[in-house]
Amino acid sequence: MSIKVLAIDDSRTIRGLMKKVMEDAGFICACAVDGEDGMARFAEEAPDVVITDINMPKLDGYGVIRSIRGGTVNRTVPILVLTTESADHLKARARDAGATGWIVKPFEDEVIVSIVRRITGARV
Amino acid sequence: MGSLNTIRDTFFEECEDLLAALSEGLAAMLGGMLESETVNAVFRAVHSIKGGAGAFALADLVTFAHRFETVLDAVRGGRLDADADLLHILQRSADHLTDLVEAARNSEPADPDASARFLANLEACLADGGIADTAPDQEFSFAAVTLDFALLEPADSDHPTQHQFDIRFAPRAGLFANGHDPALLIATLAEFGSLQTTLDLSRLPDWGTFDLETPFLDWNIRLTTSASETSLHEVFDFVDGLCELEIRPVPEPVLEPQPDFELETNVPASLKSQAAPKADPLDPAADARAANPTLRVALERVDRLINAVGELIINQAMVAQRIQDTALAADADILAHVDDYRLLARDLQEAVMAIRAQPVKPLFQRMSRIVREAADATGKQVQFVTVGEATEVDKTLIERLADPLTHMIRNSVDHGLETPEVRLAAGKEACGTVRLSAAHRSGSVILSIRDDGAGLNRPRILETARRKGLIAADLDLADAEIDALLFLPGFSTAASVSNLSGRGVGLDVVRNAVTSLGGRVSITSIPGKGTEFTLTLPLTLAVMDGMVISVAGQTLVIPTISVLETIRPAPSDLHRVGTDEVLLRIRGQFIPTIDVARCLGFTATEDSGQPLLLIVETENQTQCALMVNAVHDQRQVVIKGLETNYGAVNGVSAATVLGDGRIALILDPDAIAAPRAAPFAVNAPHFPKFEGASHAG
Repeated sequence: MSIKVLAIDDSRTIRGLMKKVMEDAGFICACAVDGEDGMARFAEEAPDVVITDINMPKLDGYGVIRSIRGGTVNRTVPILVLTTESADHLKARARDAGATGWIVKPFEDEVIVSIVRRITGARV
Repeated sequence: MGSLNTIRDTFFEECEDLLAALSEGLAAMLGGMLESETVNAVFRAVHSIKGGAGAFALADLVTFAHRFETVLDAVRGGRLDADADLLHILQRSADHLTDLVEAARNSEPADPDASARFLANLEACLADGGIADTAPDQEFSFAAVTLDFALLEPADSDHPTQHQFDIRFAPRAGLFANGHDPALLIATLAEFGSLQTTLDLSRLPDWGTFDLETPFLDWNIRLTTSASETSLHEVFDFVDGLCELEIRPVPEPVLEPQPDFELETNVPASLKSQAAPKADPLDPAADARAANPTLRVALERVDRLINAVGELIINQAMVAQRIQDTALAADADILAHVDDYRLLARDLQEAVMAIRAQPVKPLFQRMSRIVREAADATGKQVQFVTVGEATEVDKTLIERLADPLTHMIRNSVDHGLETPEVRLAAGKEACGTVRLSAAHRSGSVILSIRDDGAGLNRPRILETARRKGLIAADLDLADAEIDALLFLPGFSTAASVSNLSGRGVGLDVVRNAVTSLGGRVSITSIPGKGTEFTLTLPLTLAVMDGMVISVAGQTLVIPTISVLETIRPAPSDLHRVGTDEVLLRIRGQFIPTIDVARCLGFTATEDSGQPLLLIVETENQTQCALMVNAVHDQRQVVIKGLETNYGAVNGVSAATVLGDGRIALILDPDAIAAPRAAPFAVNAPHFPKFEGASHAG
């Protein structure tokens, strides 16, 4: 059973990279262009893991996490935050908002795939 | 999804959009719009460029974008005041960022001096605000990634040094809520070596207070591994604060505790509180929805389509003509179909042209940079105003307008506007305005560049033209005619040449560029108030509406756009002046007439009696009447460049193929009506004739 990833990022580049990396790893990857789109896709796709950017128009990454965690469906889905900042207080903020983990941009393919595998229980 | 190279291309395409958004946002901020959404959009643009650049290891770009972003973040957070000075620096930083993106795109090294200078400027902003800059290098090293996954590889026999660790893992409230699964964490640990697990049920409450979402199970784990203690801590990095964790090295491998419960390496995800994922096949439509509802297509494909549609329109005209010429024309059905064909072909052509149409906004945004640079170079204060940015124009036009516009904008700042001191002395605001506008008007695009400077110095223009022998010394010219002298080849306002706009390029080059696009350029100026250049351009370069006319037995096409009026004058309205000049009297005014046949060097083969006159407007806004023998039709013609297939011919802008397969030249009314021009035939003995030439049977 293939893992389904929902990647939410307003950067076309990052979405493209994410889709490539995830599909190369054998996952299914759906993409959303901002937080609001992300919530719509989340409802449609019922993903196994959500990877979201923080800085986005309409609804930011924290908003996405709060919406998912505060919702009724699939609310304990693992959520990874993509961040360019590795500062501890930002990680703490992501965790307080309900993020499962974080990935520091620029990400390496193997690292992100490993994290997704680890957090969803998908083994090679 | 495509290869990395494709994604790299996507990145640079996206950068264009982001840089445009950046420039737009900064312009809005400069205009006083400092609310958070504007500032956020600016921040996000730089942030996204940094993110993408990091993915492709474009270090210069990342370093600069990072500091830029730090300053913007400070503005966003209210720690830096977005005053005029700061915005000035931000705009120039945006320009530099554009250069860096361009350099990266071309895999060229960036200008290190410029980078150092701009970085220093931004740093100075931060220092002024007392804000510490974070070092991008630290943040961007891959070492910042939290896990060393090399260690997740199964321990191999090359690592004989095995240690034992006792790990106590006690999940707390929030661990489930944050999407964690203790079983998965333990499974990850199991990848480090062999594992013995003891389940601690001591915290398990009775059923009355049992809450599914609160973790009550604790684990005591003994792990035998070659991995370091640090790497074990890293496994729990994500759950730091959501559990109690103790990791202690076991001094000696003794005392095996009795496990209540041994966990397999391959942990079933049975503890997961969510439903098992449905493996829906990826819905491609849904995926398309996620992306922008746009399609990026190689220009070459669009051009191929446009060319094919052009041929289709010629073919349609030929079919229609053939049917007209045969007995089939009596069949109403066939005529109706032919008419449908014509309408469909026209719809198709409009649809294809719409693909190529693009807003002039990016072009205008580039011009704002030109204005800034020109203002810096001349020490003038300039406010740049744009109007009609959403106006859509053919992509090729946009590309080919960049140079002429750049030149005219520089010209406006350099020659048009006065220095602040002079302006103040003249009772104007110290800051001058350059206004660039675009609008559609009856099938053409009007671009105008207007400054509120001193206006053209006509006496000096006249004097220069006389000194250079461009006009006769005693020639008396109207204001509009004097202004038009600026466009003469060889006219360069030598007295005012500067480093900036006097780069050996005169306005004649601008005029040539515009006319080669089938457009016109005109100039109006009011002393003390300012100067305005107006470019009138066709909407598209591939097809135009034309009038099919005949002159001395030749079939020619004249762009409908330039014909103001068609009249058949009474003989009494034509007045001969001197030896060969004929004036037309119309509504109490006299306008000069031009014999097109003579102008093009045709010899009249027939005397068709009373000529027709097409009244056209020349570039200095005076009118003249072109004398032709007949007007046959008004239709859409496909423009085929003459210069690529034959060579430039004065008075002719291009050629087309008519419905009957004959080739017809398209006249350039501006060139023909050029004031006081000598007949071209004298200068163009090689004027091509297409008598008997046939395109298709």
